[in-house]
Amino acid sequence: MKPHELIITEAAAALEKREVSSAELTQSYLDRVEELNPTLNAYLTVTKEVALEAAKASDDRKERKGPLDGIPLAVKDNFMVAGSRTTAGSKILDDFIAVEDATSIARLKEAGAVILGKTILDEFAMGSSTEHSAYGPAKNPWDTSRVPGGSSGGSAVAVSSDLAAGALGSDTGGSIRQPAGFTSVVGLKPTYGAVSRYGVIALASSLDCPGPFGKTVADTRLIFEAIAGQDPRDATSIDLLTADSRQLTAGLKGKKIGVPKEYFGQGLDKSVGETVKEAIKKLAELGAEIIEVTLPHSQYALAVYYIIQPAEASSNLARYDGIKYGHSIEKKGHTGDLMEVYLKSRGEGFGDETKRRIMLGTYTLSAGYYEAYYKKALQVRTLVVQDFTNAFEKVDYLVSPTSPTVPFKFGEKEDDPLSMYLADVYTVAINVAGIPAVSIPCGFVEDLPVGMQIIGRHKDDYGVLGVAELYEQATEWHKKGPVL
Amino acid sequence: MAKITHKDVEHVAKLARLGLSDKEIEKFQSELSKVLDYVEQLNKVDTKNIQPTAQVTGLTNVFREDEVKKSDITLDELLKNAPAKEGRYLKVKAVLKENK
Repeated sequence: MKPHELIITEAAAALEKREVSSAELTQSYLDRVEELNPTLNAYLTVTKEVALEAAKASDDRKERKGPLDGIPLAVKDNFMVAGSRTTAGSKILDDFIAVEDATSIARLKEAGAVILGKTILDEFAMGSSTEHSAYGPAKNPWDTSRVPGGSSGGSAVAVSSDLAAGALGSDTGGSIRQPAGFTSVVGLKPTYGAVSRYGVIALASSLDCPGPFGKTVADTRLIFEAIAGQDPRDATSIDLLTADSRQLTAGLKGKKIGVPKEYFGQGLDKSVGETVKEAIKKLAELGAEIIEVTLPHSQYALAVYYIIQPAEASSNLARYDGIKYGHSIEKKGHTGDLMEVYLKSRGEGFGDETKRRIMLGTYTLSAGYYEAYYKKALQVRTLVVQDFTNAFEKVDYLVSPTSPTVPFKFGEKEDDPLSMYLADVYTVAINVAGIPAVSIPCGFVEDLPVGMQIIGRHKDDYGVLGVAELYEQATEWHKKGPVL
Repeated sequence: MAKITHKDVEHVAKLARLGLSDKEIEKFQSELSKVLDYVEQLNKVDTKNIQPTAQVTGLTNVFREDEVKKSDITLDELLKNAPAKEGRYLKVKAVLKENK
């Protein structure tokens, strides 16, 4: 077995016994990146020297800091890594060099992890395919004519193709779970606030959740444990429930799992639906009681999302003004006035989808429309949250497909914003409600991956991972990788 | 049906400080109308007496001491990303106009 084929738990054991060094492990990934990245475009920036230096430091340590010490990971390019170019997939940050580490990055470094580089994303994490990246899309390793999902597509591809042992992504409306499902890896969207947003380039601040990708649930949990926890630099960050929900020692016996009927209706690809229903049967075999539930406001969650998300994004993206940092016509020795600096720097620097959402958000927040759109969306958000609260009075977890279809072809939805937005129909409500959910491999339709989403109560991230792990141990899907 | 005019798009672009080409304005006029049509289905939901939800942290009023903490980042490092500067300052075009 080649070093890059090891999962994190295996690599950690091999490092512990000194059967392999972090330098060898890191070099093995770097060689594979050099070979495959031209085809897959998972990485936007590879920080080879920094990675090898961190690997050497790990090898030189007499005592290992923990399971992630010396483990090579990939990071979505909207996390600030001090000294590294950080673009958020946008031309407006083309030459931006981060001056400090995001909290998650600082915590990974503290755990001894090796950062290989920065991965491709849709511009400012807005998209479901990486086609909105200013640096080209990442390719799905299961079929390179198809999208890997987005926005954290590069991180998902890196993990599924053995270009990194694990990765970080961010999930505002499905951006970790959907690409995880599309590439057959595990991706966790934590409870809102469980992972600090400090140093992650802001998209929609009430929805953004940084989180991990791994090849197995155990690997995903290891990365999550390293980055989770309250952070003084993010006032919305929290500590999670711990011990009691961490282990499902009695298995799924006595646990109630809800199947929301709205997530199996119109728009769901038939084969994807059947695949997920098979997986639910497996959960029943493992002892869970399966109960049909209803989330009556599901059909409105996507509309709520597409008001709140662009509104918050339009406000967050106001900081790119051509003055403090980023693309600016000032650099060309421009002689016009201040208004022109704003208009032209932003007009040139932002891509199509970013402009579309800034326009949408500015419109719904503008005088005369605020009440009709934005306030209305916040009220319906309350109802979406209540749906989940009500469901969790009857059941412990909810399951659904992660996405309504298998990975789609490049270009299929690119010119139709609304059909692209529908790719997130089963994931956005989870962000609107702020609860945790994981996507886990649950089968294939014509050799294309299908993901199952497991949703839990607020702060029950470890419970969600526990259910996913029991399913994983009873199936073989996670052992299958793409042929490259 | 949300009716967005060419002029609306121009106005919103100005509010957002986005310099758009005529072609972009035309494109956004039709695309924004479509998205707004979609989100207007929220009007079917009765939200009388429903409180708005702006955040889902379960937290209220997170306080901390108001103390100055020294940062490891130097001014030079911070200014490295600035498109135009003079000495220790960011250079900005005149904000106020001279009265003549």
